Amino acid sequence: MDNIAGSKSNLTWAVHISVALLVALWVFPTLGLLVSSFRTSDQIATSGWWKAGFPSEQNLTLRTGDPDTQVQDGNVFVVEGNLFDEPGAAEISVFGVTSQDINAYNAGDTAELRNGSKVTVQANGDYRLESAEEITGSRGSRIFVTAQTPPEFTLRNYQNVLFDPSNREGMAKAFFNTLTVTIPATIIPILVAAFAAYALAWMDFPGRALLIAVVVGLLVVPLQLALIPLLKLHNEIGIGKGYLGAWLAHTGFGLPLAIYLLRNYMVGLPRDIIENAKVDGATDFQIFVKIILPLSFPALASFAIFQFLWTWNDLLVALVFLIDSTGETTVMTKQIVELLGTRGGNWEILATSAFVSIAVPLLVFFAMQKYLVRGLLAGSVK
Amino acid sequence: MHPAFQGLLTIIIGVGGCVSYYYFSNQFLDKVLFPARGANIGRNINRANMIRPWLFLFPALLALGLYLAYPVFETLRLSLTERMPGGGSQFVGLDNYTQMLGEPKFWEALQNNFFWLLVVPAMSTAFGLLAAQLTDRISWGNVAKSLIFMPMAISFVGAAVIWKLVYDTRPIDQEQIGVLNALYLWFGGTEPHTWLTIPFWNSFFLMAVLIWIQTGFAMVILSAALRGIPEETVEAAILDGANPFQIFFKIKVPQIMGTIVVVWTTITIVVLKVFDIVFAMTNGQWETQVLANYMYDKLFRANDWGVGSASAMVIMLLVTPILVWNVYNARKEMR
Repeated sequence: MDNIAGSKSNLTWAVHISVALLVALWVFPTLGLLVSSFRTSDQIATSGWWKAGFPSEQNLTLRTGDPDTQVQDGNVFVVEGNLFDEPGAAEISVFGVTSQDINAYNAGDTAELRNGSKVTVQANGDYRLESAEEITGSRGSRIFVTAQTPPEFTLRNYQNVLFDPSNREGMAKAFFNTLTVTIPATIIPILVAAFAAYALAWMDFPGRALLIAVVVGLLVVPLQLALIPLLKLHNEIGIGKGYLGAWLAHTGFGLPLAIYLLRNYMVGLPRDIIENAKVDGATDFQIFVKIILPLSFPALASFAIFQFLWTWNDLLVALVFLIDSTGETTVMTKQIVELLGTRGGNWEILATSAFVSIAVPLLVFFAMQKYLVRGLLAGSVK
Repeated sequence: MHPAFQGLLTIIIGVGGCVSYYYFSNQFLDKVLFPARGANIGRNINRANMIRPWLFLFPALLALGLYLAYPVFETLRLSLTERMPGGGSQFVGLDNYTQMLGEPKFWEALQNNFFWLLVVPAMSTAFGLLAAQLTDRISWGNVAKSLIFMPMAISFVGAAVIWKLVYDTRPIDQEQIGVLNALYLWFGGTEPHTWLTIPFWNSFFLMAVLIWIQTGFAMVILSAALRGIPEETVEAAILDGANPFQIFFKIKVPQIMGTIVVVWTTITIVVLKVFDIVFAMTNGQWETQVLANYMYDKLFRANDWGVGSASAMVIMLLVTPILVWNVYNARKEMR
């Protein structure tokens, strides 16, 4: 529309670059976490995640084989092998035999050790240690190498965090707990809200306008106000802290938006259909179940996504209404906050745990973005 | 019982209970209480139709009343009382509020909240508007929108971890693994900073997280509004020789002002409730306290329900103008 009247904007290239920059700025932080979750703790600690795709230069301290692997070759004693666990795991550029001078020799050179023996180290890690006398001691000689390690990604973090039953900080249990909170807390408010929205949209009764105004007002009431009164209430009626309390709380807090969204949608449905059904003798209950609910699917889906994202990502309600002192019912967000405190420097654990919790909402987001956008538009542009 | 099983059972009981409540209460109304037959058939049908809306509304009203309306008044009451040792409570008037106003942490939280309210809605709306305007004009705009919108799906806690990695600091002799410090050193900075411990400025580093999350929301809404602008106004401006910047600021922005206000206020409410980001990233240390986290501290760490409730009432007070404005608009629209 800006290109009409032959005035094609010559700013197009600038627009492309600006958008690319914006997108990069918005994706970069998340990408960092994703990449980090596939790296080992050593890699994360020694180089920025943006270098993960390139070979990295590392200083390693390796050992030759134990003296009891030596063989006698003529009149010299020889230990041969490869410095790396997997031959060729890295490419050695320089090496040294003392910690003061770790880059004294190039790969392929022969170095003289303090005890007079000679060692030759090849770029791929092959070495040959020769000594005129029998080599003694319990361990091999130390070799200090500077090596180029190829980019490497690992799934081990995910294995530790998700599938290691002995890992008390693992996310497996918290994952299921989150799921247990989320699904009922998404389904029940939809049902309750749908009936109420139908009544507010299509039934005539005194006080309807007032009720709608109340729902709009409750939309913005901060749930912080509800924490203590409801915790007291839950304790008094015997629910205490647990799933039931969390489900009820999420239902209560989600209802205003649900009723508001669904009512706005249902009001827009064609009046003819409903009146025809009434003339044909359908009751309100039948109209609701057989006509309104199927037609309202887009609005139901929008709210379901909102409520799912909100309950899955919630921390405050879980802290107050769900997690008791045993910690058996911990959810992922709480687990991550705890890891931030105790494992602040262990980025491989943090990144992986965080990504486990982020992955499901992201999948839902990309799969059902259409409904999410629709719901947002219905919920605020009014 | 395994919680997953318990959850499944709750879904079945909850959903089944809801459905059967609605079904049987309607049946009861139509068949038993006011049957549509006999001598009073006309009166009965009318009466049944008067009661039915309340059957449909009852569960929702109960939940709304119990979980949102009642707590407002109960919190107000709690903020005026003090818990007594050994149970019971005593009316103390405004003592909790005076005590709260005397605490420097409260003023710090209020001041930080003020900056949050100033910066986050403004920046999110500005970035959102920019992104909406730019992505509407290019072929891969929808992909770009998706990616900018994506942080909406990420939890505040997840975002806190993501940004903690961005702000990470290593000693100067080691390689930096946080992007911000790496960039800072690359552009000639002398030494890495621990960004989250620099008073005053660290609040802005926390705000960046929320801006990052909320921009997508602003973009989606504003993009729809921009598309709704009548084309003739833009065409007329082009014919009159307006340049793209003039078209944007003088033609488009004034026409979507209403939507901008809606976006602004919606984000304002989010900001007033912001808790998780501060809780997870600094927990209010290094002068980053905000009201919601201050309240959580008072309620669950200091176990001081009086002052905690008082600070919750402050949040409620700040939300009230928006509440009134929303209700006013909704009523105006219904007429």
